[in-house]
Amino acid sequence: MSQPTFLLDGQSVPFDDGQMILEAARAAGRYIPHLCWHPDFPPHGSCKLCVVKVAGRHVSACATPARAGAEVESDTPEINTERRTLLQMLFVEGNHFCPACEKSGDCQLQAMAYDLEMTTPRFRHFFPDRPVDASHPEVLLDFNRCIYCELCVRASREQDGKAVFALTGRGINKKLAVNAESGRLADTDFAANDKAAHICPVGVILKKRVGFAVPIGERTYDRAPLHEVALPKLEGDT
Amino acid sequence: MSSDLETAANRDTLRRVAIDPISRVEGHGKVTLLLDEAGQVHEARLHIVEFRGFEAFIEGRPYWEIPVIVQRLCGICPVSHHLAAAKALDYVVGAVPVTATADKMRRLMHYGQILQSHALHFFHLASPDLLFGFDAPVAQRNIAGVIAAHPDIARQGVGLRRFGQQVIAATAGKRIHGTAAVPGGINRHLSATDRDALLAEADTMVAWSQAAVALVRRLHEADPALYDRFGCVPSSLMSLVRADGAMELYDGQLRLRSADGEVLRDAVPSHDYMDFITEAVKPWSYMKFPYVTDLGPEAGWYKVGPLARVQNCDFIPTPLAEAERRAFRAYSGGAIQHASLAYHWARMIEMLHAAEVIRDMLPDPDLTGGERMAEGPRAASGVGVIEAPRGTLIHHYWVGDDDLVRWCNLIVSTTHNNEAMNRAVREVARRELDGQTLTEGLLNHIEVAIRAYDPCLSCATHALGKMPLEVRLVDAGGQCVAQKVRNG
Repeated sequence: MSQPTFLLDGQSVPFDDGQMILEAARAAGRYIPHLCWHPDFPPHGSCKLCVVKVAGRHVSACATPARAGAEVESDTPEINTERRTLLQMLFVEGNHFCPACEKSGDCQLQAMAYDLEMTTPRFRHFFPDRPVDASHPEVLLDFNRCIYCELCVRASREQDGKAVFALTGRGINKKLAVNAESGRLADTDFAANDKAAHICPVGVILKKRVGFAVPIGERTYDRAPLHEVALPKLEGDT
Repeated sequence: MSSDLETAANRDTLRRVAIDPISRVEGHGKVTLLLDEAGQVHEARLHIVEFRGFEAFIEGRPYWEIPVIVQRLCGICPVSHHLAAAKALDYVVGAVPVTATADKMRRLMHYGQILQSHALHFFHLASPDLLFGFDAPVAQRNIAGVIAAHPDIARQGVGLRRFGQQVIAATAGKRIHGTAAVPGGINRHLSATDRDALLAEADTMVAWSQAAVALVRRLHEADPALYDRFGCVPSSLMSLVRADGAMELYDGQLRLRSADGEVLRDAVPSHDYMDFITEAVKPWSYMKFPYVTDLGPEAGWYKVGPLARVQNCDFIPTPLAEAERRAFRAYSGGAIQHASLAYHWARMIEMLHAAEVIRDMLPDPDLTGGERMAEGPRAASGVGVIEAPRGTLIHHYWVGDDDLVRWCNLIVSTTHNNEAMNRAVREVARRELDGQTLTEGLLNHIEVAIRAYDPCLSCATHALGKMPLEVRLVDAGGQCVAQKVRNG
């Protein structure tokens, strides 16, 4: 029996039974934008950047199972406008000052803004003022850049077996917290080689004393755009 | 300090003249002249009316971010802030000294910055006043007017600035706001391609710089009555010099020379600046008034920048610039020159020096290879002092064990010249104001005096923007009796 397929922007994409739209597209070398989705973890569905249109409804491609014959719209003006708006909201919620941020060029939020041609944050900035946590000898936390993808929360819990991070508060008051009575990273069993230390897509969890060791212009997304970097290497790729 | 600048016995009877804002300088400033009933200028104040507060908001940030954050103070000389911060933080990471490669890459970047900033100031900002006269129509007195009337001068000015920017791009990674200097060293080498491209033009840049010095010298010689007296404000001079007394713009020790040429203080280690200098505060300006502590506020204020440096050093360690320095000193018979317009001459001598340094440095193999980073025992604080295009620039940081900046102090070049600029404004206003009428000529003359110092009011406090000129004449009762507005 031949593999079932769906249409992504008019092109046929094969999928396995139970596979989500984003995963199937990715396996076929087709990029759907995402920030909170990660191949090592189950779908989270929080950032909504992977929004696609299926049968007139806007759904998260990371959490919507592929269906044979479905027509999925992704790279369209309507959907990309929605994604840009979501990005703009993420930018104003935090302090994303790329010119002085050491994650610039390696930051997925910044790279996606370039990819989706976001030219201005548009909305009023929140300017959060959350103190940097520099208590840990090896790792620094700048909470003002968090986009609430929970990748660190999930990595620490599911892969490191530590539960160092958590989101606290609700709605507009939601924030990333360190799971210690003092609230300080130094008072947890967090280690610089934890999975959680290396998974932040933005500039929250930073290895100390690295800063600008790699010049701007020679960084991940300086060399190739996000929509290329984010795809798995296919056979024959160099 | 200098009480006659700012106090009057009967303030209620003074008339107030405001020039707001000042054009063709970097940032926003405003001048107020308070006149007595006889129409004499009794007080003169250059207000820096904006506030930026970098010192406050970098507290609590990790130290490795600082060279990249602080350069956002300015779009004209970000390299100076970038390097001063990196130099200060070298002490924190124990990189004393940095590697030969790091030192040379930073030096090359710095001299590129001196070249481009001096070219920008002289050709784009100041030359319209000097070539057309202070009272020439505003429509002509700008860089477009220079291009129309003196296309060769304009072309060379644009070319010199472009070359300086290319040196910066090749060393810092970008023409503006590069990220190459990091605490402990540098994050890149000079590429052979960039080196060769720059070398191909280096001799031309030296020749054009020589022509620029000759141009200013001719202007001085043609009208000594103006150039030697306009905005003349005798004062001490302060700058870094090398241990052997040579001009040194990247590193060195502080020297203070009196108004008549005597060396008052020498070989002051830059990290002792807090004992050496005190910053006074005035209620009417965000810009502070530094003075040499043990000389006191009345006698201890000084000038910095090209005019100070060219006369403070014993010699310039490149031959063409040294010959021009000697000519500069000979012009005044060896006496120290204090006239505001002499800044332009000194600035062009420094531009020539920078062009020579760049040309001579480029073939050095340490630029294209070698160790980039050094480290050593951590220290809690560091001071970085550099001669920025506009004068001595001081960065000082304390860093906690957790790597966050606990405290910082920045004293920028324009701040050192604050007292001198105020005095220059008063000197010019007293000579030019007839006491009854606000003329374009008066306003032009005051602006020319301020502009000679190449003040970076953004660095001192704030930001860049379009600067139309608005002048208001207000009587003692607060009534506006005259107003002039022109677009910048």
